[in-house]
Amino acid sequence: MSIDMSQFHQVFFEECFEGLEAMESGLLNLDMGDIDSEVINTIFRGAHSIKGGSGTFGFNMVADFTHVMETLLDEMRDGRRKVTQNAINVLLGSVDCLREMLTSIQNEQAVDEHAVALHKAALEQELNGGNSAVLIADIPTITETEAKPTIHNSDKPEDSPKEAEVGWKIAFCPYLDLLKTGNDPVRMFRELAELGELTALISIQDVPSIFELDPEECNLSWDIKVTGEIPESEIREIFNWVEGDCELDIQAIAQKPAKPVSVAPKASQPLPIEDTVEEFKEPDPAIPEPSSPVPDISILAAPLELPKAFDKPEEVPVSRTRDAIKLPNVESEIKNTVAASTSIRVDTAKIDALINMVGEVVITQSMLGLVGENFTMDKLDQLKKGLAQLERHTRDLQQSVMNVRMLPISFVFSRFPRLVHDISSKLGKKIELKLVGENTEIDKSVVELINDPLVHLIRNSLDHGIEMPANRLAAGKHETGIIELKAYHRGGHIVIEIIDDGNGMDKKKLIGKAVEKGLIDESAVLTDKQAFELIFLPGFSTAEKLTDISGRGVGMDVVRRNIEALGGNIEISSELGKGTTIAIHLPLTLAILDGQSVAVGDETYIVPLVSIIESINITEKMLNKVAGKGETFRLRNHYIPIIRMHKVFNVKPKNTSKTAEGVIVVVEGQGVLCGLFVDDLLGQQQVVIKSLEANYRRVEGVSGATILGDGSVALILDVPGLVRFSSR
Amino acid sequence: MNENLASESDNKERDQERYNKNLDNTGQYLSFSLGNEEYGVDILRVQEIRSWEPVSRIPNVPLYEKGVVNLRGSIVPIIDLRERFKLKSADYTLLTVVVVLQTGDSKKIRTMGVVVDSVSDVISVDFDKIQNAPDFGTKISNEFINGLVSVNERMVMLLDVDKLLKLDDLDQSEFNQ
Repeated sequence: MSIDMSQFHQVFFEECFEGLEAMESGLLNLDMGDIDSEVINTIFRGAHSIKGGSGTFGFNMVADFTHVMETLLDEMRDGRRKVTQNAINVLLGSVDCLREMLTSIQNEQAVDEHAVALHKAALEQELNGGNSAVLIADIPTITETEAKPTIHNSDKPEDSPKEAEVGWKIAFCPYLDLLKTGNDPVRMFRELAELGELTALISIQDVPSIFELDPEECNLSWDIKVTGEIPESEIREIFNWVEGDCELDIQAIAQKPAKPVSVAPKASQPLPIEDTVEEFKEPDPAIPEPSSPVPDISILAAPLELPKAFDKPEEVPVSRTRDAIKLPNVESEIKNTVAASTSIRVDTAKIDALINMVGEVVITQSMLGLVGENFTMDKLDQLKKGLAQLERHTRDLQQSVMNVRMLPISFVFSRFPRLVHDISSKLGKKIELKLVGENTEIDKSVVELINDPLVHLIRNSLDHGIEMPANRLAAGKHETGIIELKAYHRGGHIVIEIIDDGNGMDKKKLIGKAVEKGLIDESAVLTDKQAFELIFLPGFSTAEKLTDISGRGVGMDVVRRNIEALGGNIEISSELGKGTTIAIHLPLTLAILDGQSVAVGDETYIVPLVSIIESINITEKMLNKVAGKGETFRLRNHYIPIIRMHKVFNVKPKNTSKTAEGVIVVVEGQGVLCGLFVDDLLGQQQVVIKSLEANYRRVEGVSGATILGDGSVALILDVPGLVRFSSR
Repeated sequence: MNENLASESDNKERDQERYNKNLDNTGQYLSFSLGNEEYGVDILRVQEIRSWEPVSRIPNVPLYEKGVVNLRGSIVPIIDLRERFKLKSADYTLLTVVVVLQTGDSKKIRTMGVVVDSVSDVISVDFDKIQNAPDFGTKISNEFINGLVSVNERMVMLLDVDKLLKLDDLDQSEFNQ
């Protein structure tokens, strides 16, 4: 019986991406000086479950790749390997690569095998101490520590007969560019080692002097002996991939093992063994005194010694491959999140609460049914009680359902340490990212849509905001710039702030640029705030030169549009030399709101309860006029402007609109207090927010609409918008 | 039972036939009147026809946008076609109807209601017989009119629903400043 595995794929991919995220944040948290073994364990577990899962689902390429990562991590975990910055970079690169592989597989596209091979090579190089020449030396150690090899493990003969000297002799002499094709001898040797006992001899006579050495070239050749009863096809299979890139000679060994041998210079025909052995025994005098001793290589016949300086240049390809792949990855990472899955992971506690609520509602409903069956007036009390209960349960149920959609904003934030890490190192800036309030919960649909604007804003801060270390020191600041990403709830909104302590925005420069581009008139006088708003105009950029990170002048207008499409708004405050703060206000949820209904003329409007401070009756005495027009009133030593809803919305007032006959609803919108003058307060209720834009369009001062108990439509006031609107 | 099935399939065939025929060169239009004039809209755009009911006014919008109503849970704007076409406005009576139309592309469908005096008929129109709307110059805008067709010696103006229901968006640039 075969099971259709594809039904589990979605879950597998989600788990993988989660694992990758955990690995990524773990890697970024690894502190060079003080290695926390728990962090490494977390990373290791991530890799391990991806490996396991992909093996199960037959994504052998992923399993293969992860296996190498896992091996490296395992050694770190056991303390056998020091955690270096380089290793972390390589691992980060591999995480990206894995993510890409998984995405490709998920979308049923071809995997970029070249990139995979590059990363794998980098990993393996790291695994082998950044020195390809001691590759073979490490193989026995690795095989011992492996939990279980993922590939060919079924093929592995149990205990190859050591005494029987049967096997294969392989002369393997790769061309110079073997490594560039993405093949890795180590990998092959490891596979060989799984087939039987492996003896390999390396020829380094073609290794040029250190100054001429190109680390991307393979200057080595090997002579390999594998003992054990192995079919030729299996050996051939291993070398299948490199057939076109090397000289290969595979011969069966007779009873007697051949002497350890080394093979001829590369790019030439394999020479008879006798000729080369002699050469090998006398190391090339040009090679400096050997320094890195080869650890316990019992099976290596000849001592393998290598120049010390060899270590350094070998690191080059590692970082180089990483650089080449880094940026596109950041981009694709963002794209991936756009195509976010439509499923959601919910805490079982939330589901339990939900089921509980449903149970309660059902009980109440059946109770009400009983009451209604033979209704007499003496049951009225019972009925009322039941209805009250129903109301409470419905409200709870509603809340539980909403809770299911709520996700902590860390889902978005968790990607940024990586972004900052990558971009800051690219720009040569020192930047620390602080995350505050990651557990602030926000509706899932908002989470998905807020990512892109945030990425853009953070890039801006990185690129334009924070100065180069030298400039910072000159300005008397700490060398390391700080970007703070902060989320908190305020007044039914979630506020996300991006605060940098960089250079701030130069008002004069902004205005100058805007005039130059013909966006504003030269004679225009702008307040600070208006000047900062200029950056939201399409085509506006003050960056002196373009970088691939930002500065093309597209973006801020898009950011603003995206945020406004979510029903939010964006504010900038900045101080030259001190830094910039960008605050995004977003609605917490897009569905339900506690509202106060107010009467304006014959119309009913809903004021979000969260923005109401208080409601008061005022007398004419409390009123003041500013310049004969603007009305203010005094509330506990504060002068608060009055917005007459009749005027703003062009409604015929019910009363004579005398202040004494109406009610002032004191509201707060974006930190500004304001008094809304309405005819009457009607009542408080929860309202379901309906979009006006779905069939209509945005209306100033109105954030949405709702349907009242009698089926009519009432508009929900957008208090900040109203404040802005009326102040014009 | 069998007979029923048979007639049902007959019906289906006939529907299909009619549909195919429509694809060829005829279209069905819902005609309605505004004063003395008769207009038609593509019947496939018509979602439903309702009687007039009071709307909730929207502040600070053009007068012809009467307001919004609750249409089974969604908020649907209502547009007065008389005012849209700058005709003399009429009182809403029991006969006044709202034709609920759909507009937009496959990505996003908007639903809107238009207030008309009364609906008249469903007419089949041969596409070949549709005349282009004449250019009245700047005095009378014919931007919403797809063409003219003659039905029973009466002229029916065929409306372009998408253009008709394209509301001027808020002036964003003004708003941003």
